Amino acid sequence: MTKYLLAALAACMLCVGMAAAQDSPIQTLLQENRELIEKSSRRTIGPAIDALRDSGLPAAETVLEKWRDKDLWQRESDGLFFFAEKIDRDTLQLIDIATGDPLGEVPDDDMDQLKPNSGVRGMIAAALVQFQLQSPERRKRIAALNSIQRDPEPEHLDALRAAVEDEPDATIRTREERLLRLLTISYGASEETRIEAIRSFSGDTGVDVRAALNPLLATSRQAAEGDIPEGENVARKLRPGQEDFTKEDAYSLLVSKDLAPARISRADKRAALEANIADGQVGGVPVEHLNTEAARERAYASLAEAGTVPPTATEAEFEAALDAHVFYDRYAELSEAVTDAARGTLTSITTRVGLSQALDLSLDALSLASIYFLAAIGLAITFGVMGVINMAHGEFIMMGAYTGYVVQQLVPDYTISIIIALPLAFAVTFAAGVAMERLVIRWLYSRPLETLLATFGISIALQQLAKNIFGTQARPLTSPDWLDGALVLSDVVSISYIRIAIFVLALVFLAIFLFIMRRTRLGLELRAVTQNPRMAASMGINPDRINMLAFGLGSGIAGIAGVAIGLYAKVTSELGQDYIVQSFMTVVVGGVGNIWGTLLGATMIGFLQKGIEWLNPSNTLAAQTYMIIFIIIFIQFRPRGIIALKGRAAGD
Amino acid sequence: MTRSFLARNPSVLIFIACLALFTLAVTLMSEAGGSGAISTSFVKTLGKTLCLCLVALAMDLVWGYTGILSLGHMAFFGLGGYMIGMWLMYARTETIVTASMSNAAIPPTDQEIVDAIGTQIFGVVGGSEFPPVWAFADSLWMQLALVVLVPGLLALVFGWLAFRSRVTGVYLSILTQAMTLALALYLFQNDSGLRGNNGLSGLQNIPGLTGMPQSVLSLWFFWASAFALGAGYLLCAWVVSGKFGSVIRGIRDDEARVRFLGYSVEGYKLFVFTLTAVIAGIAGALYYPQAGIINPAEIAPIASIYLAVWVAIGGRGRLYGAVIGAAFVSLLSTWFTGGQVPSVPLGFYTVDWVDWWQVLLGLSFVLVTLFAPQGIGGLFDLVTGRRPPDRHGADLGPDKGSFREREAEQ
Amino acid sequence: MSQLLEVSGVSVTFDGFKAINNLSFSIGDAELRAIIGPNGAGKTTFMDIVTGKTRPDEGSVLWGEMSQSLLKMNESQIARAGVGRKFQRPTVFEDQTVYANLAMALKKSRSPWSVLASRPSEADRVRIEELAAEIGLADALRRKSGELSHGQKQWLEIGMLLAQEPRLLLVDEPAAGMTLAEREHTTDLLKEAAKTRAVVVVEHDMEFVRRLDCRVTVLHEGSVLAEGSLDHVTKNQDVIDVYLGR
Repeated sequence: MTKYLLAALAACMLCVGMAAAQDSPIQTLLQENRELIEKSSRRTIGPAIDALRDSGLPAAETVLEKWRDKDLWQRESDGLFFFAEKIDRDTLQLIDIATGDPLGEVPDDDMDQLKPNSGVRGMIAAALVQFQLQSPERRKRIAALNSIQRDPEPEHLDALRAAVEDEPDATIRTREERLLRLLTISYGASEETRIEAIRSFSGDTGVDVRAALNPLLATSRQAAEGDIPEGENVARKLRPGQEDFTKEDAYSLLVSKDLAPARISRADKRAALEANIADGQVGGVPVEHLNTEAARERAYASLAEAGTVPPTATEAEFEAALDAHVFYDRYAELSEAVTDAARGTLTSITTRVGLSQALDLSLDALSLASIYFLAAIGLAITFGVMGVINMAHGEFIMMGAYTGYVVQQLVPDYTISIIIALPLAFAVTFAAGVAMERLVIRWLYSRPLETLLATFGISIALQQLAKNIFGTQARPLTSPDWLDGALVLSDVVSISYIRIAIFVLALVFLAIFLFIMRRTRLGLELRAVTQNPRMAASMGINPDRINMLAFGLGSGIAGIAGVAIGLYAKVTSELGQDYIVQSFMTVVVGGVGNIWGTLLGATMIGFLQKGIEWLNPSNTLAAQTYMIIFIIIFIQFRPRGIIALKGRAAGD
Repeated sequence: MTRSFLARNPSVLIFIACLALFTLAVTLMSEAGGSGAISTSFVKTLGKTLCLCLVALAMDLVWGYTGILSLGHMAFFGLGGYMIGMWLMYARTETIVTASMSNAAIPPTDQEIVDAIGTQIFGVVGGSEFPPVWAFADSLWMQLALVVLVPGLLALVFGWLAFRSRVTGVYLSILTQAMTLALALYLFQNDSGLRGNNGLSGLQNIPGLTGMPQSVLSLWFFWASAFALGAGYLLCAWVVSGKFGSVIRGIRDDEARVRFLGYSVEGYKLFVFTLTAVIAGIAGALYYPQAGIINPAEIAPIASIYLAVWVAIGGRGRLYGAVIGAAFVSLLSTWFTGGQVPSVPLGFYTVDWVDWWQVLLGLSFVLVTLFAPQGIGGLFDLVTGRRPPDRHGADLGPDKGSFREREAEQ
Repeated sequence: MSQLLEVSGVSVTFDGFKAINNLSFSIGDAELRAIIGPNGAGKTTFMDIVTGKTRPDEGSVLWGEMSQSLLKMNESQIARAGVGRKFQRPTVFEDQTVYANLAMALKKSRSPWSVLASRPSEADRVRIEELAAEIGLADALRRKSGELSHGQKQWLEIGMLLAQEPRLLLVDEPAAGMTLAEREHTTDLLKEAAKTRAVVVVEHDMEFVRRLDCRVTVLHEGSVLAEGSLDHVTKNQDVIDVYLGR
C-alpha cells in the first residue's frame, strides 16, 4: 500500500519538476540533439557535443561530465534528460540537469541510462578539457594543461587551439602554445602542419619534445615475401646474419608472421624423443647414444619419417625461407616526409643535448674534483711539503665528519650546527694531528716507510674506535635547508647547491693555503724547514714546532673536508678509507710539493672519473678500476706528476 | 766459504726441524690421525696459518730484503685462490649436475651439462653463460698452471711499468695499493665473470673426493701447506743466502750505489717482485680450499696492510721473523675476534675484545714500529748476541730520493 | 793517442741555472787526471753526466774505441761498460760484511739469473783477499762494513771500484775526512790504479792534488778554465782570480 502511495506522490512531484526541466535552455538544447544523443555513435555524435560545448550554458559542463560518467538518464515516456543516482536496485534519485535540484525518487523502469562508448567518452572528455582550459580559475587551467601533457589525445588539439586565443595569463599562454605545437606533431591535420611543428622544435632540449618525437621514429621489424610492399615507410633494410640481426632472429620473425613453419626447439625435440622411447630405443637409436645433438637429430628425423612427430624444417628449408623474404624495420608513422623531419630535428636536439650533457658532466666533474682537492689539500701539506706519509689522513676526514654529526645531535638548528661544526672539526683534528706528530711521527722523520706503517696502525685503531663509538650503521649529516635543492639551468643541466658550496669551500681553502704559505711567518718558516732543516734551525727557527704546526694544519683541513664530505655522503667509519687512495693519487699525479699540482691532479682525476663513468654509466666500480689503471700508466710518462720539480732539486 | 748451503745457514735446518715436529704433533693430535685432541676446524685454522706464513715469507723477501713495501701481495694471494677456486667450483658443480641429469630419460649432451653448470654457478649474478676467463676451468692442470701464471704475469707487467719509471719508496707502496684497490673493485662487479661480491664458495669440497671426511681432507691440506711452507722457506733462504741476497739487500739500502756497480736494479726488483707474487699465488691456492670461500673483500688493500703488519711485528729482514709474525698475529687475531677471550669489565664499561682487538692491534703495531723495529725476531738476537749495525738513524728502505739531504750537504 | 772518454760541447741547465756550460773534456787510457774548481763549478754534475745520472741538454759523451754514446745508456749499463764511480760520501753497504761488499763488486756477470746461480768459487776468494790486502782490510773481511772507520770505508769503496775492474775510474774527493797517513795510502792506491786504467780525481785539497802529480783540469762555472800541470795552472791569472780574487 505504502509503496503505491509513495509512487503516486513521486509521480506528482515529477510533474512539477518536469515543467521546470522542460523549460531550461539546456534541456531544450539536448532535446534538439536528441536523436544524435540516443544513437550515441562516435561518427555522428560530434555536432551534439559541439553544440553543448559551444552553447555557453553554465550547465553544459556538468551535463558533459555526467554523460561521460554514465550518470545521464533519459525518460522513455517523454524523452527528457535527467541526472540520476541509484538508490537501490531499482529506484533512482532524479536530479534536474539545469539546477541540480533533487526531483524525487522514481523506479527505474521508465528510465534509460545513456551509455556512451569509449570513443564517445573520449570526445566528451576533450570537450570538457576545453571547459577546463577556459575556466576562470588559473589553477584549473594549469591542472588541465598538466593532464593533457600527461595523456595527450587528438581531441585536445582543437580544445587547445580554442583556448590559446582567449588566454589572459602570458605564462599559461606560452605553455599552451608549446603544447599545441607538440600535439600538432602527433595529431596535426596535414603533413605540412606537422612538419612545420616538428621543425619549430629544432634544437629544443626539452624532455617533452623528445617524448613527442621519439614515437614518430619508433620502428617495428617486418618481413615480406619478395620485395618490400609499396607505401611502407622503411627505416632500414636488414640482412639476416649481419650486425645484430641473426639468422635465428630472422627465422623466428618469419615464424611469428606465419610466413614459415616453426622449427622445433632443442627442448621440444628432447621432450618428443623422451615421449617416444620404446625398448630403450628412439627411432632406432639406442637411448644411451642420445648424448650428442647429431644423434638426437637422427632419431628425430626417423621418428618424423614414421609420422610419429611433426617434421621440422631442415637446414636447407631454413636457408630457402630466409632467401625468399626481405626483412626491414618499418616506421609506425606512414609519412616519410614526417619521419625525415623528425629525424632531422631529433639530430639537432641530440647535438644540443650532447653539449648540455657535456656541460653537466663538467660541472659534476668539477664538484668531484673539489671534493678530491679538499681531501687532498691536507695531504699536500703533510705529504707534499713535509714529506710525511700519513695513512691516517682518511681517518682524520672521518673524524671531522663525526664531529659534524655529534654537533648536529646537540644543536638542532642545521645552519648553526654547521657553523659550529666547521671550526670545531678543525680544532678536533688539529689536536689529533698534533698529538700524533708529537707521539709518533717525529720519531720517524727520516724513515718514510716506517711512518707509513705506523700511521697505518693508527688508521686501523681509529677506524675500529669509531665503529665502537658510533656503530657500524651510517650516520646522517644533514645539510641546512638553504643548501638543499639544485640550481637548474635546463632539463639537462643542473647542479646541487651543496656541490656549489663544496666548490666554493675548495677555492677558499686554496686561497687560505696560498695565504699561509706565502704571506705568513708560519709559511716562510715551513718552507725553510722543508728545504733545509739544519740551516733553518741555525737561524732560530724551531723545526719541531714548525713540523708540529704544519702537521696540525694539514690534519685540521682534513677535518673540515670531513664535514663537507659528510654533508653529501653518509658518515661511516669507512668514510676516510674511501678517499685515502684517491687523495694520494691526487697528490702523486699532481706532483709532490706543489699546491697547483694538487689542484691540477684533483681536476684531472675528477674529470677522468666522470668521463669514464659517462662512457660506462652502468658501472661506477669499473670506472674506478679503469681510472686507477690510467693513473698507473700516467705515472709511466710523468713519474713526478704533472708539475714536477726539475733538475738537481728533484733528486733521484 | 765452500761449506754446504745448510751448513752456512743453520737457522734453515732448525726451522725445517721445528716445522716437521709441529706437523707431526698436529697429525698425532688430529681427529683423523690420532687422539682427536685438536678439532678439525682447528686443524684447518692451523693449515691456513701455515699458508699465511708462506705469503709472509714472500712479503719479507720483497720488503724486508729488497726494500719494496708492496701493498699488493695479498692481491696475488687472492688471485691464486681464485684460480684454484674456479676449478674446484666448476668440477664440483659438474659432479652435482651430472648426477642430477643422469636420472633423466635421455642422457644429456655435453653442451647441456655445460649450460646447466653455468646456470648453477652464475645464477646468483643473473647470468648463465661462461665468461672467457673460465675457459680452462674444467681442467685442473690448466688452473694449477694459472695459479702461478696469473699472479706472476700481473706482477711482471705491473712491476715492469713501476720499476722502469723508477717509482720507489712510498710512491711504489701507494701505487701497489692502488693496483690492489683496482683489482678488488673490478672483482666486486657482477660482470667481472667471477661472481662479483658473492665470490666463489663451497671450495672445501674437493671434487672426486666426496667420500672423504673433512677431518682427513683438512689433514691432507695441512700437510700440503706445511710442505709448501718448508719448500718456500728453503727457496727463500737459498735466494737470500748467496750473492743474490747481497745484491737485493744492497738495493734495499742504497739503490743508486748498486746501479753504479753495474747491476740492473730494475731487473732484480722485477725478479723478486714476480717470484714473490708467484709464491703468494701458491699460498693462496692452498689457503682458500681450507677457508672454503673467497670473495673480493679478501683482496681489499687492508689485507695487504695486515700482511705488512705481520712481517713487521715478526721482524723483517729475517725469514723466520716473518713466519713467526704471521703465525703469532693471525692466530692471536683468530683467538680475539673469535670471541674466546674473556671481556674485561671496567665498571663503567666492558671491554669486549671482538670490538677492541683491532684497536689493540693498531696501537701495538705503532709501538712495535717505534720501539722494536726488529720485531719479535729481534728477541733471538738477544739470545745469540747478534747486534744490528747502528745505522745512525739512516733508513732501512731504499734511497729516499729526497733533495733535502743533498741540499743540506752543500 | 786515442781517447777513452771524449766529452764535447755538453751543457746542462737546472731551472734556469747553467750548471755545465759547453764543457769539453777528454782522457786517454792509463792516465791520471785531477779536476779542481771552486764550489758550484760543476765537478759533481760532470760526473753525474758521465755516469748517466743526469742527462745533458746538449753535447755528446763518447766512450771507448767504438765511440759509443754513453747518453743512450742507463747507469748500470755505463757501469758495465767500464766506468766506475766513487762518491763523495763513502757509500758502502753497511749492513753487509766487507767480504760481501767486495764480492758484489767483482767483475762477473750481472744478470739476476746468473747471480742467483753463482756459487762462491776459490778464485773469487783469492781475488777478494788480494784486494783486501791492497786496501789494508785483510783482517776486517768478516766484519760488517758499518763498523769500519770513515777512512776504512773510503778504502773499501776504492777496493770495490778496483774489483769492478773499470777502464775509467771517477773518484769524488777521496781524501775528505782522512788522516795524513790515510791520505798517503790513498794517493798510492790511486797512482797504482792509474797505471792500468784512466783515473779522474775530483779534489778540493791542493796538497793532495800536488801529491798525485798529474795533469790538472780547472773547472769554473761549468766549463774548462785551464788545463796542464799543477804548477802551470796555478800560475794562470784566470785561475788565481777565480780562487782568490774577484
